[in-house]
Amino acid sequence: MTNIIEVEGVSKSYGGVVANHKVSMEVPVGRITGLIGPNGSGKTTLFNSVVGYQPIDEGSIKFKGQEISKMNVQQIARLGLLRTFQQTRIYGNMNGVQNMLISVSHRNAAFLDMFKPYPAEMKDKAEHLLEFVGLYQKRKLSAGDLSFGQQKLLEFAMALMNDPEVLLLDEPTAGINPTLINGLLDRLHRANTEFGITLFVIEHNMRVVMNLADNIYCLAHGELLAHGTPDEIQNDQRVIDAYLGAH
Amino acid sequence: MSFSQREKLTYAFLLGFGILGPILFPAYTFQIAVLWIMVLFAQTWDTMGGQMGYNSLGNIFFFGTGMYICAITQVGMFYDVGVYTAAHGADKAVFTDTQYYIGLGVGLLLAALGSAFLAAILGWTVFGLRGPYFAIGTLAIALSAGELIGAWEWVGGGGGIALPVYPGSGDGKSEFFYVLCFASAIATFAFLKWLYTTRFGLALNAIRDDEDKAEAMGVHTLRHKTVAWTISAFFLGITGGLFGNMTGFIEPLEVAFPTITFGIFMVAMALLGGKGTLWGPVLGAILFHIIKETTWTYFLGWQWIALGVIIIVNVVFFQQGIMGYLEDKYPHWFGVEVEESNAIDDQAKEATQ
Ligand SMILES: Nc1ncnc2c1ncn2[C@@H]1O[C@H](COP(=O)(O)OP(=O)(O)O)[C@@H](O)[C@H]1O
Ligand SMILES: [Mg+2]
Repeated sequence: MTNIIEVEGVSKSYGGVVANHKVSMEVPVGRITGLIGPNGSGKTTLFNSVVGYQPIDEGSIKFKGQEISKMNVQQIARLGLLRTFQQTRIYGNMNGVQNMLISVSHRNAAFLDMFKPYPAEMKDKAEHLLEFVGLYQKRKLSAGDLSFGQQKLLEFAMALMNDPEVLLLDEPTAGINPTLINGLLDRLHRANTEFGITLFVIEHNMRVVMNLADNIYCLAHGELLAHGTPDEIQNDQRVIDAYLGAH
Repeated sequence: MSFSQREKLTYAFLLGFGILGPILFPAYTFQIAVLWIMVLFAQTWDTMGGQMGYNSLGNIFFFGTGMYICAITQVGMFYDVGVYTAAHGADKAVFTDTQYYIGLGVGLLLAALGSAFLAAILGWTVFGLRGPYFAIGTLAIALSAGELIGAWEWVGGGGGIALPVYPGSGDGKSEFFYVLCFASAIATFAFLKWLYTTRFGLALNAIRDDEDKAEAMGVHTLRHKTVAWTISAFFLGITGGLFGNMTGFIEPLEVAFPTITFGIFMVAMALLGGKGTLWGPVLGAILFHIIKETTWTYFLGWQWIALGVIIIVNVVFFQQGIMGYLEDKYPHWFGVEVEESNAIDDQAKEATQ
C-alpha cells in the first residue's frame, strides 16, 4: 500500500494558539481516509496546510513523494490535490454549468488555451456530473440562488470536474438535510470506486465517518490522538473521552 | 421577439446611427466621435471592473500613455522630439501627407502595444492588491503619471505638445477621426463579445465571484488578471492616440490623464449601464454622454451636480445598472432560459423517491 499524502511532524500556530502540533499522518492511495476530532481540534488547519493555503511552522508534507509544503495553493491544485471548503464556496453569480466548466483542470493549460471555447465533450461531462449529484434540473440557475445543501453538492461536482487524484473534503455533510446524507455518502463512495479518486474527509458526524472511511485519524487539541479502523476508533477510550469532553 | 432578433435590431440601430449621425448632423461629428470614445472607455473599464470585479480607478493611465506614445512617435519619426517640444510649435515643423498618415498609423500601433506592455508590467505589482487597495493603487499610478509627464521637458512637460496638423480641411479631419473612433468602438465590442464566450470570460467571472475559490481550483489567476488588464490597456492606448489627434494639442493633466473627469466617467458609465454585462457599458456610455452634453448645454453651472446626483442614485439605489436590472427581470430577453418546469420536476422527483 502506497501513501499518496505523507504529513510528517507538521506544526502550525496562529499567534499564541497552537492549532496543530507535530501532526503526522498518511493517506493511502485509492482509499477513503477520515479525519475526526472535536470542534477546534485543528482539522481544517491541517487541510489548509496540506493544500498550501498557509505556510507551516515546521514539518514536511509530501504528495506522491514530492515535497509540497513550500508550494502555493494554485500549484498544488494543479498537481491534482484539491479541497472543498467547510464554508461552501461556489461562484454565486454564475450558473451551474458555468461553475462546472470553469472547474476543468488547468493542469496542462498552455497560455493560449484560455482563449479557447469549451468543447462539447466538456459540456457533456459537466451536465453528466450535475446529473450525478442530482442538480441537473437546476443547472441554469445562478449558483448563489441554490440552497446551502445544493451548493455543497455543486462544490463537490465541481471538484469532480477537475479530475483530482486526491480530494480533501471539509465536513461534506454539515448543514445537509439528514434525509439527503445517505445519497451523498453513496456518491462519495462512487467518486472513490468509479472515478478512482482518493478521498480524505473531515467529518464531525461519527455515524457518517464510520460508514465512509476505511481508516480514521482523530485529532484533539491540535495533536494526533488515535489512528485505526472504524472499529478500533469507535472503541478507543481516548477518542470517546475527547468527544465526550468536548460537549 | 427572440433574443437574436432583438440583438440584430440593436446592431442595426447603432450602425445606422453611427453612419447616418454625422451625415445628418455634420455639426455634431466631433461630439458623436467623443460618444464612441466614451463607449470605448466604458467597455474597457468593464472588462476589469465588471467582468472581473477589480475596480480600477486608474485606467485613464493607459489612455494618457497611449496618447503620449502616439504623439511622440508621430513627431519622432521625422523630427528631433526635444527640439520640436522646446519650440512649442514656433518652429513650424511641417509634415507631408505621407508622413502624417504613416506617423499616425505607426503611432496608434505603438500606443496600443506600449500601453499593453505597461499593463503587463504593472500587473505584477498591483494585482497583489484587492478591493479598495487596488482602486487606490491604480488611482495613484494615474495621478503620478500625470505629474511625471508634467516634469519631463523632453515630451513637452506641463506645457504639452502640439500634434502634427491634419493635412486637409477641418471637416475632413472630423470625419476622418470619426471613422477611426467608430471603427475602434466596433472592433473593441466585437473582440470583447468574442472574448466573453471563451474560457477566459468564465475565468474573469470566477475571479469576480470568489478569487480564493478560483485559486483553490488551480486557475492561473494572476495570468488572467494581467491579460485582462493588458487587453483593456491595448484598446485604451488606441483611444488615447485618437483623442490626442482629435484635440490637436495635448498636455498631461487635463487632456492625457484627467483622472477626475474621464477617469471617473468610465466607472460611472459602466455602472449606469450595468457592470459585467456586454451591452451595459455601451448603453451606459450613450446615456451618460447624452445627459452630460444636455446638462452642459442647458444647465451650465449645474452640470456637475446633475452628474453627481445620477452617480449617487445609481450607486445607492440601482447597483445592477440598467442591463443588470433587465437581465434579472426579463432573462428570456437575453436568451437565458430558466426552466419553467423546475418546481414541478422537483416535486415529481421527490414523489418518486
Ligand atoms: N486563521 C486563523 N487565525 C487564528 N486562529 C485560527 C485560525 N484558524 C484556526 N484558528 C484556531 O485554530 C484552532 C483550530 O481550528 P480549526 O483547524 O478550524 O479546527 P477544526 O476544523 O478542527 O474545528 C482553533 O482554536 C481556531 O480558533
Ligand atoms: Mg473545521
